[in-house]
Amino acid sequence: MFSCLKHKVGEVLLPGDEFSFQPEDTISLTDTVKPEKVICGPGLRRSGDRLLVSKSGVLRTKQPNMFWVDSQQKRYVPAKGETVIGIVTVKSGDVFKVDCGGSEQASLSYLAFEGATKRNRPNVQVGDLVFSQFVIANKDMEPELVCVDSSGRANGMGVFGGGGLLFRVSLGLIRRLLAPQSPLRAELQQLFPHELVIGMNGRLWVKASSVQQTLIIANLLESCENMTAEQRRQLFRRAAQGAL
Amino acid sequence: MKDTPLANCERDFLLKAIEEKKRLDGRQTYDYRKIKITFGTDYGCCFVDLGKTRVMAQVSCEIVTPKENRPNEGIMFFNIELSPMASPAFEQGRQSELSVNLNRQLERCLRNSKCIDTESLCVVSGEKVWQIRVDIHMLNHDGNLMDAASIAAITALYHFKRPDVGIQGEEVTVYPPEERDPIPLSIYHMPISVSFSFFQQGTYLLVDPCEREERVMDGLLMIAMNKHREICSIQSSGGIMLLKEQVMRCSKIASVKVSEITELITKALENDKKARKAGGRFGFAESMPQERITALKKDETPVEMTDVTETAYDIVQKAEAPPQTVPSPVLPVPGMGQVGLGLQNSWGLEDDEEEEEEDDDSVEEQEEKVTKMEVEQHRKEQSSGDVVEISDSEEEEVIILQPEIPNRGPKNAGSSSDQKGAAKSKKRQTK
Repeated sequence: MFSCLKHKVGEVLLPGDEFSFQPEDTISLTDTVKPEKVICGPGLRRSGDRLLVSKSGVLRTKQPNMFWVDSQQKRYVPAKGETVIGIVTVKSGDVFKVDCGGSEQASLSYLAFEGATKRNRPNVQVGDLVFSQFVIANKDMEPELVCVDSSGRANGMGVFGGGGLLFRVSLGLIRRLLAPQSPLRAELQQLFPHELVIGMNGRLWVKASSVQQTLIIANLLESCENMTAEQRRQLFRRAAQGAL
Repeated sequence: MKDTPLANCERDFLLKAIEEKKRLDGRQTYDYRKIKITFGTDYGCCFVDLGKTRVMAQVSCEIVTPKENRPNEGIMFFNIELSPMASPAFEQGRQSELSVNLNRQLERCLRNSKCIDTESLCVVSGEKVWQIRVDIHMLNHDGNLMDAASIAAITALYHFKRPDVGIQGEEVTVYPPEERDPIPLSIYHMPISVSFSFFQQGTYLLVDPCEREERVMDGLLMIAMNKHREICSIQSSGGIMLLKEQVMRCSKIASVKVSEITELITKALENDKKARKAGGRFGFAESMPQERITALKKDETPVEMTDVTETAYDIVQKAEAPPQTVPSPVLPVPGMGQVGLGLQNSWGLEDDEEEEEEDDDSVEEQEEKVTKMEVEQHRKEQSSGDVVEISDSEEEEVIILQPEIPNRGPKNAGSSSDQKGAAKSKKRQTK
């Protein structure tokens, strides 16, 4: 079973592709047979005894037995534990409604901020940006966000966004930016000092010392989506020299 | 579905950038985004890309009765569709305020400017006129839909050709394009709309606003003009007070932009005409899909492979050598049709199919052929045998009733590769 999946790692798969698992020809009667377990991530779906591909993209793997399809899409589907950039749309009673790019607006309790109590309400206006984390995200319920971690600390979350630019990129680029030791991030750091907030929902927020620099970073990030590493390096070099 | 709200910080940043004469995509104040015009395979189908905004226009025509007060004028009809494909904020099948505005503006730009000769669309005065219908579909919304729609509509109208009609007495004939060449519409001039957006109560002005700029703008001015610098329509919305100088300046910018766009459209139309004349790929044909199928699973056909070579060799050894010369064509029964006339098999199809099959199969195939040959040989010997079985490759049993004519029957056996064709022709004979 593994060999079949392992064989395809790094290859492009399309929705409807199917993995077939032939049973072993010989079964040993003496050894205890261990059932093989595979963890299927996004893009792989089990249906009965078949394993189907449901997204187009490249098959990726992680030790020991995780497989998923790295696909390119723009529509965000909320997932528990992911941190996103949301826009507050409604202030109603004790919850805020937050647009996070999913099919439904998420709710964010006003008590879910660091140091917030019934008396001490956080200062959140409609149209503000919040960096927050999903605690409830499933297809049948309204998603719920919080701006604190499990120990009650803000840990970088909360209201932010004065003077920066918010823009949208594809989810694939976001994952590339968030990957540990991402070369893209390292190259970006060498250009000029800036702040960057990355939401898993495809939203990016950038702030540099001037409007010009902020726009340069935003345009670089938007354009390097479909570039090879070499093309990107050239572009960044030109940007560093001030050609743009 | 509701549109994504605009965050406060986005609004502040955009306004600050505009104050510093910067735009999101690095354009200057008076710059248009990249315009790309492509045509479909049919006449009157046109796509316009304005940056990321994408619009499709399709022109069609039909014969209708004219309006009573204008008995000898054709009818122009414009329809703009805002589908959810363009933006999730657009709803299907409901006339939104935006679509009504766009439709009205396009009608004023193209119909009321009298750019199309409607009298030439008359077939029989008071009875039959052509109705020209322009359908505009928004495929992607990234601001400035009006300019993209106006370019798409006028280009599609220029590109369109209506069928020719002939009148003989009372009878009106519409000729299909094969019979008579279709006729292009007669168009006097080319009105093109140019949009200006104003910020900070008219302090700052931008040409061709993108979607986010449209969201933070205070007012919008749309000027439709042709290349002769004649204003076809002008509309200001958003409720801002504009000074006379501002409007004058806008009209000057518009005249420059319109002449640029007109040139682009004529060039695109010429290119398409050339491509059509050359008969090469044009329109949609440019983007033919790659014919490739990907699959991870392949079903294997089980083939019995043990001692195939030995049996085949054995059979070949036993068999007699086939006659090398081709006998003269024979008619088994007078008045009977025959396919192939006993000469070389000209039905190349089956041979090709066999070649495509896998090697294992071809071995088996050969074996089968040899068996067939053997059967034929047997039949030669015992010519009195009434019923002969030939194992066909399709695993079905074909029973051939052989007429008792000893000398004529199996002569059309050319070479081993012809056996199938020969067997087929036999079948026909018996019917």
